[in-house]
Amino acid sequence: MELYSLTIHELQDKLRAGEVTAADILTSVYQRIDQVEGKVHAYITLMKEAAQAQAAAADAAIRNGDIRALTGIPLALKDIYCVQGFTTTCGSRILHNFVPPYDATVVEKLRAAGAVFTGKANMDEFAMGSSTETSYFGVTRNPWDLTRIPGGSSGGSAAAVAADECIAALGSDTGGSIRQPAALCGIVGLKPTYGLVSRYGLAAYASSLDQIGTMARTVEDAALLLGAIAGHDERDSTSFKADVPDYRAELARSKGRWRLGVPKEFFGAGLDPEVGAAVKAAIEHYRATGCEIREVSLPLAAEYAIAVYYLIATAEASSNLARYDGVRYGRRSAKAKDAVDLYYQSRAEGFGDEVKRRIILGTHVLSSGYYDAYYLRAQKVRTLIRNEFTAVLRDCDALLSPTSPTAAFKLGEKSSDPLAMYLTDIYTISVNLAGLPGISVPCGFTTGGLPIGLQIIGRPFDEAGLLSIARHYEQAHGWYSKHPSL
Amino acid sequence: MKYEAVIGLEVHVQLRTASKMFTRVAAGYGQPENTLVDPVVLALPGALPVMNKEALDKIIKTGLILGCEIAAVCKWDRKNYFYPDSPKNYQISQYDQPICIGGAVEIELPGAARNIMGEHKKIPLTRIHLEEDVGKLNHGASDSLVDYNRAGTPLMEIVTDPALTSADEAYALLTSLRTALVQGGISDCDMEKGQMRCDANISIRPVGETKLGTKVELKNLNSISFVRDGIAHEIRRQLAVKESGGTIVQETRDFDGQTGASQSLRSKEMAHDYRYFPDPDLMPVKVDEAWKAALRATVSEHHFDRQRRFMADYLLPYTITSVLVPERELADFFEVTVKLGAAPQAAGNWIANDLLRELAAAKLSLTESKVQPAHIAGLVKLVESGVISNSIAKEVFVTMARSGELPDVIVERQGLKQSTDTGELEKWVAAAIADNPKAAAGFRSGNEKALNAIKGAVMKASGGKANPKLVDEITRKQLG
Amino acid sequence: MKITRTEVAHVAHLARLTFREEEMDKFTSQLNDILLYMEKLNSVDTTGIEPMTHATVLHNAFREDIVKPSLANEQSLANAPDPRGEFFRVPKVIE
Ligand SMILES: [Mg+2]
Ligand SMILES: [Zn+2]
Repeated sequence: MELYSLTIHELQDKLRAGEVTAADILTSVYQRIDQVEGKVHAYITLMKEAAQAQAAAADAAIRNGDIRALTGIPLALKDIYCVQGFTTTCGSRILHNFVPPYDATVVEKLRAAGAVFTGKANMDEFAMGSSTETSYFGVTRNPWDLTRIPGGSSGGSAAAVAADECIAALGSDTGGSIRQPAALCGIVGLKPTYGLVSRYGLAAYASSLDQIGTMARTVEDAALLLGAIAGHDERDSTSFKADVPDYRAELARSKGRWRLGVPKEFFGAGLDPEVGAAVKAAIEHYRATGCEIREVSLPLAAEYAIAVYYLIATAEASSNLARYDGVRYGRRSAKAKDAVDLYYQSRAEGFGDEVKRRIILGTHVLSSGYYDAYYLRAQKVRTLIRNEFTAVLRDCDALLSPTSPTAAFKLGEKSSDPLAMYLTDIYTISVNLAGLPGISVPCGFTTGGLPIGLQIIGRPFDEAGLLSIARHYEQAHGWYSKHPSL
Repeated sequence: MKYEAVIGLEVHVQLRTASKMFTRVAAGYGQPENTLVDPVVLALPGALPVMNKEALDKIIKTGLILGCEIAAVCKWDRKNYFYPDSPKNYQISQYDQPICIGGAVEIELPGAARNIMGEHKKIPLTRIHLEEDVGKLNHGASDSLVDYNRAGTPLMEIVTDPALTSADEAYALLTSLRTALVQGGISDCDMEKGQMRCDANISIRPVGETKLGTKVELKNLNSISFVRDGIAHEIRRQLAVKESGGTIVQETRDFDGQTGASQSLRSKEMAHDYRYFPDPDLMPVKVDEAWKAALRATVSEHHFDRQRRFMADYLLPYTITSVLVPERELADFFEVTVKLGAAPQAAGNWIANDLLRELAAAKLSLTESKVQPAHIAGLVKLVESGVISNSIAKEVFVTMARSGELPDVIVERQGLKQSTDTGELEKWVAAAIADNPKAAAGFRSGNEKALNAIKGAVMKASGGKANPKLVDEITRKQLG
Repeated sequence: MKITRTEVAHVAHLARLTFREEEMDKFTSQLNDILLYMEKLNSVDTTGIEPMTHATVLHNAFREDIVKPSLANEQSLANAPDPRGEFFRVPKVIE
């Protein structure tokens, strides 16, 4: 096995034993990047030189006996967090030249944990998309089938992990943007409870839904990475003051025999039969290993989540993206005649179609005369959806469902029909609306060789439980040992 | 037809905090451009707002001072509009759940004369909310330059009911409000520095009409006098429009305090649509009884209550109280002086007249003053007990204002004690009678005033130290 | 029709976006499809339901009034598309 295809804990064992150096690991990962990046295009910006310096520092620390949670581990960062001194584009032309003077809290924490940053991963523009096709910097291809999308919006991060162009990665998830690409690329993707990971330094798409999470080859790696980035941050008012357990240690303490709910509405029309069958087989595994499986019902979540989401997310986005105006940073149009024209031209040239569509939609639903009918109504239905989850999770430790209704679709297949694209997030979106943690773990492949994901939805701030449930299945099946042939 | 004016004010006040409303960068004035900024102020991608507790404390305290109801829960909203002075292109403000509701500002209208207290009135407030200030634009011929130092400064917006009826009332409101806020430590309210800014909504209507007329908004009124002048001018302008049969257009006008003229800025051609919605980045604020009680304990007596107390308890004349009370430190100084045993009226006079005159001459503030309450109390007691005369006391005051020595030390060193040695006084009186035969004769023939010439001569001979009461007695005896 | 071309133009103005003619047609029709889909929310009974504005229940998330260092002027202007001296520059602001 090449170093680039190992997991975080396997590499750490080797680092501790002195078998390899952080520099060796980074060299291996960069060899892999050189081999496959031309086909996959997972990155917007590579940070090779800085990474080499970080690896050297990691090796020095190891020599001094200072080994931390992620010392010497090469990670990819979705290009949506600020990294001081490195272009942070959010996949947009309007930020193509923006170099932040500060680090996001997660970046600060990863640095403190000793991590090495390979680069900034591709994404849908401002995280608006489910296929990574809206990026200004070109599409990312699914490592399992280069004619297909990797999912999105964290498609670059997912593809980088799947293609072994990093060991693990961070993504962000507003409506499924970690879990869906994880499912489509055959990796583990965890969206934590809203408020567990600081959003400071994460360019906002929809503030009440955005959450940073981890993308890795195994549940154990996801747990390790989560431990490094979770925790209260004074700079984010929505950050929760919760204790951060040792998630990896919790995995070992797991009790098993959970009560797991299966929302019947998540298996209806639109679900690809092969995907449905793989997920049901996973559910059977839980039943067979002593878990209590009960059918539950989430009618409102299933029926209304997409509508609620696109009203709330676009409303927030229309305001969050107002700051991109070509005045203080980013791209300014050369055509502007006056200050108002500066806004028009810079924004018209700087944003892509999907972003414009969502800004227009969000502006419309907040505008005078429409607020109550659209935005306020959506917020009320959001309350009902959250209540529905709360009720169901009172009797269940977690819920099981497909992550995405289909496996990876073809590039360009849905880009001309926005609504069809929105519907691909049907199982993930309600989890963001309710603020709950959700994880996608690989649960098999289609006959065409495309990965399928199982979504597990947990109770608020019970990431430890969620990870244990995910690991229980993962260990039995070991899908993670398969790597795409590139 | 007879018309009356209806005026409402929107007053923006910068709170005196060390850091900005939603981030830890310093709030301040007069710093080099674009140096009081950070990712939050510049609205960089990923920056998030976090509430400054001190700003909340200050606005709640303001609400307590002005008798507002403090909302148990208030929230933050985004007001969306594009403008280069607004880094996020939305302002964080409070839309439908402000923190302070109702309340009133007590005002004093001009009295019939300078020394007569005017009528007091309470002007009801609609609300007070908290928001963030914007940056500053410097407009040039072909472009504008932006400085974001001011952006994000905590800003309190005080909205009155449309309940003012004259320019004088508006002037009185701002004066009283400024006194209350400065005394409460809420803001320095320096209008020249933009720490207090006022917009006025003015309309007129026929007397007896209850519906409001078309309002005109006056902006950029950057001193309290300009507010008064601008409103007076606008009322006259609207009356003139009505008298010439015209109609008043809803618009925003800019009043130039220097020229006394106003001009239209923009009519409401395109109504704004601010698309207010709750800010998802900020959690609501809950204000419980304990929080309010802690702040209530820091609220000191309202300046008008204090003025009434000074008049009633210390029998101070209105003119003296209206000098002492608007400056809290001065009024405190006075009360300390009285507590040290000084007669209140004498102390009030010394402080309001002599102390302020000496400080002004030396360009010193009260805190830099060498004269402290103990000095004044000592001086008042020396005069009261007849140790020195009032005229000697004036000289002693000047000396102690410069040296900071206590009055009895000065009196002792300079030998200024009044003479009560009757033997010596009798010699001086006899000499004065001898030197002023005409006056002596005049007094004997019934001219009471003639006595003054003799007494004056005695005082002169004694170098001002003769006790006037004894001099009077002895002179009358020798002439009798 | 859920949204007219004129409304799209008005909203575009509020959002400071401009579109070419053919883009306007495409956007109007796409937005109509999307808003038509949103109609389904009208069948939910929301009487007496509180709106959910946050995914978490916290309040009074304060910080103390303590100053941290500012960005230096060069840092704050480093990304400015068109700085002038110590300032950010914009073309003339027309009221
Ligand atoms: Mg206002
Ligand atoms: Zn305001």
